Amino acid sequence: MSVKTELNFTLNGRPVNIEVPVDMTVLNLLRDVLDLKGTKYACGEGECGACTIEVDGTTINSCLMYAADLNGRTVMTIEGLGAGNKMHPMQQSFVDHGAVQCGFCMPGMIIQANYLVKQNPDLTREEMKRGLEGNICRCTGYTKVLDAVAAIVGAEG
Amino acid sequence: MSEIEKYIAPDTVSDAVKALSSGGVTILAGGTDLTPQIDAGRRSHAPTLMNIRRVDDLSGITQNKGETRIGCLTTVSEIKQSDLAPAILRQAADHFASEQIRNAATLGGNICNASPAGDMINPLLVLDASVELASWKEGAMEVRREPLRRFFTGPGKTIKHDNELLIAVVFDTPGPDFVGYFRKSGPRPALEISTVSVGIGGDYKDGAFHNVRVAFGAVGPTPLRGKATEAMLEGQALTAEVIDKSARAAQDDATPIDDIRATSWYRTHLIAVFTEELLNNVRQN
Ligand SMILES: Cc1cc2nc3c(=O)[nH]c(=O)nc-3n(C[C@H](O)[C@H](O)[C@H](O)COP(=O)(O)OP(=O)(O)OC[C@H]3O[C@@H](n4cnc5c(N)ncnc54)[C@H](O)[C@@H]3O)c2cc1C
Ligand code: FES
Ligand code: FES
Repeated sequence: MSVKTELNFTLNGRPVNIEVPVDMTVLNLLRDVLDLKGTKYACGEGECGACTIEVDGTTINSCLMYAADLNGRTVMTIEGLGAGNKMHPMQQSFVDHGAVQCGFCMPGMIIQANYLVKQNPDLTREEMKRGLEGNICRCTGYTKVLDAVAAIVGAEG
Repeated sequence: MSEIEKYIAPDTVSDAVKALSSGGVTILAGGTDLTPQIDAGRRSHAPTLMNIRRVDDLSGITQNKGETRIGCLTTVSEIKQSDLAPAILRQAADHFASEQIRNAATLGGNICNASPAGDMINPLLVLDASVELASWKEGAMEVRREPLRRFFTGPGKTIKHDNELLIAVVFDTPGPDFVGYFRKSGPRPALEISTVSVGIGGDYKDGAFHNVRVAFGAVGPTPLRGKATEAMLEGQALTAEVIDKSARAAQDDATPIDDIRATSWYRTHLIAVFTEELLNNVRQN
């Protein structure tokens, strides 16, 4: 096995100190070591967005990022979006608009949607489509996903 | 998969360059090319993994004395949003992968991966950019500049030595008459490895096109400049006839191949269509 490196980073508001093999991905660290199974593994190669998380305020595909590079950074996964058992407004809007079917793509989709709205509170529907291009959903056909995000933008704008 | 024996994350350029001088180092930037290539077994790790993302002064875009300089760690998202990036470069950034990939992908990684389809390379060829390659020689850092048009030698292959770090891309800041456009194929604008890309730029003034540079992506073993197309366009007014002849010259410049993504015939056809489309865009300026 490859050599290990020590990491100190913030995960969903809490400090984490851990040793990881330097060739481990962030997705493997989250799911298999830290037991946070909200972030999903689907393609493993950056195409589908199921593994999307926020690192230092921008979204990335955690299946492509080396865990070693997390040292000193701040991470938010779907588990950190709401407050305890209370859903985040973006999650609630997805529920209210029937935007979730099997749900597998949803942690990544919701993290990405939330990031887009933080970046631009006046997001247009076209900009939503562009911003969600890296999040593939096999079930919903996207229309209700866009409705859910549009409702949030309307509420904030 | 081969084992990594040592992990380093230097925070100065000189430490990073010094570390390369002993050999056996894999450079990690955004990891969006490296991770899938390792997973697929298409390459393996050297004994040392060097994460360069902690090197501070390798990030960002600056302008000084008519020159624009983009640090190798600047991400595609940062380029897409920067007023200092010429429009043609921002167009390519806008058509690059997905938001998540753009947030991680670095300019240096795109160039060093040396794919004939690398989307940031095409507009940089149109801007006649050079790369800065740093190495450690006799106790000091030495930097050489090489024109990007001579940088690539084959798919995944460049003139960069293993002990060199690509630290920045530099080009003359385009003047007020400069007009440039980039176009890549694919059913969706993003998440599509270009089957063909075309970039055209030059000074468009009083109805004539000067200092014209044309670049093609994914039509040969390396990204390339379109010399015949440039010669056809230089100093010309963009009449229907000139545009038509240029589109045919473009087909002489590019020698696309058949592969899993498209046939040579289709690529050759796209080259002409895109060349015509971009020249019409220039003319409408
Ligand atoms: C889903 C997906 C979609 C993509 N879409 C596109 C697209 O539309 N267009 C496109 O062009 N590319 C695309 N890519 C490819 C990739 O994202 C880009 O090439 C990206 O710019 C690579 O940058 P990086 O920082 O992630 O590089 P890394 O993966 O970290 O590195 C790439 C290579 O360059 C070397 N390297 C990196 N920086 C330096 C340096 N400063 N000096 C010397 N060597 C260095 C590394 O050792 C490695 O060999 C896509 C990739 C994925 C996974
Ligand atoms: S699992 Fe990471 S993008 Fe698909
Ligand atoms: S809800 Fe099933 S993949 Fe999106």
